[in-house]
Amino acid sequence: MTTPVKTPVKTTALTKRFGGTLAVDGVDLEVRAGEVYGFLGPNGAGKTTTLRMLLGLIRPTSGTVTLLGEAQDKSNKGLRKVGALIEGPAFYPYLSGLDNLRVLAGHAGVDRARVDAVLDTVDLADRARDKYATYSLGMKQRLGLAAALLKKPELLILDEPTNGLDPAGMADMRVTIRKLAADGCTVLLSSHLLAEVEQICDRVGVIDHGRLITETAVADLRGEGRLRVLARPFDRARDLLTELLGAGAVHVEADALELDVDAADASGINAGLVGHGVSVSELRWREPDLEQVFLELTGGVSHVD
Amino acid sequence: MLTSIRAELIKQTRRPANWLLLAIAAVLTLTFAYAIPYAGLSSGPSGAPGSGRGLPSMLPEAFVGNALGGVPIFVGALALVFGVLVAGSEYGFQTWKTVLAQRPSRFTAYGSKLAVVAIANLIGVLTLFAAAAGGSAAVAALEGAPMNWPSAGDIVLGMGVGWLVMTMWGACGALLGIAFRSVALPIGLGLVWMLAIQNLLASIAAPALEFVGELQKVLPGPNTGALAAAMGAASETPGVDALVGSGHATIVVAGYLVAFCALGGWLMHRRDIL
Ligand SMILES: Nc1ncnc2c1ncn2[C@@H]1O[C@H](COP(=O)(O)OP(=O)(O)OP(=O)(O)O)[C@@H](O)[C@H]1O
Ligand SMILES: [Mg+2]
Repeated sequence: MTTPVKTPVKTTALTKRFGGTLAVDGVDLEVRAGEVYGFLGPNGAGKTTTLRMLLGLIRPTSGTVTLLGEAQDKSNKGLRKVGALIEGPAFYPYLSGLDNLRVLAGHAGVDRARVDAVLDTVDLADRARDKYATYSLGMKQRLGLAAALLKKPELLILDEPTNGLDPAGMADMRVTIRKLAADGCTVLLSSHLLAEVEQICDRVGVIDHGRLITETAVADLRGEGRLRVLARPFDRARDLLTELLGAGAVHVEADALELDVDAADASGINAGLVGHGVSVSELRWREPDLEQVFLELTGGVSHVD
Repeated sequence: MLTSIRAELIKQTRRPANWLLLAIAAVLTLTFAYAIPYAGLSSGPSGAPGSGRGLPSMLPEAFVGNALGGVPIFVGALALVFGVLVAGSEYGFQTWKTVLAQRPSRFTAYGSKLAVVAIANLIGVLTLFAAAAGGSAAVAALEGAPMNWPSAGDIVLGMGVGWLVMTMWGACGALLGIAFRSVALPIGLGLVWMLAIQNLLASIAAPALEFVGELQKVLPGPNTGALAAAMGAASETPGVDALVGSGHATIVVAGYLVAFCALGGWLMHRRDIL
C-alpha cells in the first residue's frame, strides 16, 4: 500500500483583519509536495501574517489551514514535521547557540543528537559555544535555520531567509535551501526579491494588499523581453522608432530606449536607424525581468487607477 | 510537557539574573533577621525596627519565622520579578514565535513556565530556610545557647507556606509579563503595588476607612502577612500582621494563585503572538 502524498500546505479563504486593516484577504494557497514555493510580495503585502497563521501564532479571522494533511488547530499537531523561521531569528541572548538549540529541542521533543547534526548542517559547530548575543547577523540567521531543521521537517517555512545577509551569505542560504529541497523537503519561502525567487523557486504565489494575485510556475511568470537601444541623437532616434513601431512599443529608460519587439528584428532596426543618420552605440536583447512582471501585476495595476 | 519543562529549566538556570534574585533574597533575610538584631543585642535597643528583639528570636527554635519574615514584602517582590522575567522575557526577546514554532501548544509552553516558577520558588524557599538555619546556628554557637530545632512538621509546614506565597507572587509576575508583553513595565507596576501601595493601604488607608480595612482581608498582601505571622515571623516586621486566621489566609492566597495562573493562561490562549 502506498501512502498518499499529503499536500504540505493548503489554505482556504484564509483571512486576517487587524482592527481596520485587512492584512490577509481570502488567500487560497496550495504548496505541493517536494517543491520550493516562493511567496512573493512587497513590504506590508501580508506575507508574514499569512505564514504566522500557518504556524498558529496568529489566529485567522476566518478560513482554514491544513499542514501535511493535518488541520492546524490549538494543539499544534500539524507542526510535528514543520520547521519555521519567521521574520528574522530570535533567541535567548544570554545562552550559547548550542544551549539555545538544546532548549528548542526540548520544546520540540526531539533528541539532543539532532542539535549537533543541525549545527553541522548550517556550519556553525565551531561557534556553537559562544553566546548568541555575540553572533553576527549571518550567524544568527544560520542558527535560525538550524532551529527550523531540528524536527527533520518535511515542510520548511522560511520568512525572508536571506534578509540582512551579504551576497555571499545569501548565496550560501540559497544553496542550503536547494540542497534541503533536493533531499525531499518541501519549502515555502517568502521574499520581496524577485531575483531570489527566480533562482530558487519552482512555483511562485504573488501577494499584494493581502490578496493572492497569481499562483504560477516561475517560468510562466516571465514576461516578454525587450530590445535595448543606445543611440545618438536621442530625440531623433526616439521619433524614428515611434513612427516605425507606434508609441506603445517604445519605452524611455533613463538614457536608453527599450522596444517591445522580437529579438530577430534587431538587425532591421539597426539598419533603419543608421540609414537615417542615427549612430547606434548599443543594441542588446534584455532578458525579461521578473521585477517588471511583478510591477505589472501589482504596482502597475494600481498606477493605472 | 516534561521535555518542555526541562527546556524551560535550562533557560532559567542559565540566566544569571535569576541567581542574583535568589542571592538578594537570602542576604536580605539574613540581614534583617540576624545581622541587624544581633548587632542590636550588643549595642542595646536603638529604636530601629527589629533591632530591639532579644536573643531568643534568633535562636534555632525561632528560625522558621525568621526564614519567612521577608516573604510578605521583599521576598515576595523578588518572586514577582522572577515571574515577570520568566514570562515577559519571551516577548522582550521575541522568542515566543521561536518556541511555539517547535510545536508545543501554547498550553504546554505556558504550563511549563508555571511549573518552573513553582520549582524555582521551592529552591528559593529551601535556600531561605537553609540561610536562616545557618544564621540561627551561628547565633546559638556564638552565644552558647542551646540548639533546640523546631519539629520536622513545623519546618515542612513553614516551607509549604513560604512556597505557596512565593509561587503566588511568581504567578502574578508571569501574568503581568504576559498582560503587558514586556518586562520593565510589569516589574515597575508590580513593585509599586507591593512596596508602596500595600504599605500605604495598611498604614494609612485601613485605619482611616473601614471598608479599606475590610478590603485588606481579601487582598493578597495582608493574607501573606498573616500566614507569615502564623508561622512565627516577628510581628514588628513590615507586612507581617495576624490580620486574619491562617486558614482564611491560606484559602485566599491559594485562590489568588489559581486565579493568576488561569488569567495568564486565558490571555496566552486568546491573543496573537506578534
Ligand atoms: N499586529 C498587527 N496589528 C496591526 N496591523 C498589522 C499587524 N501585523 C501586521 N499588520 C499589517 O498587516 C499588513 C501585512 O503585514 P505583514 O507583516 O504580513 O507584511 P509582509 O508582507 O510580511 O511585509 P514585509 O515584507 O515588510 O515583511 C501590513 O499592512 C501591516 O501593517
Ligand atoms: Mg514580513
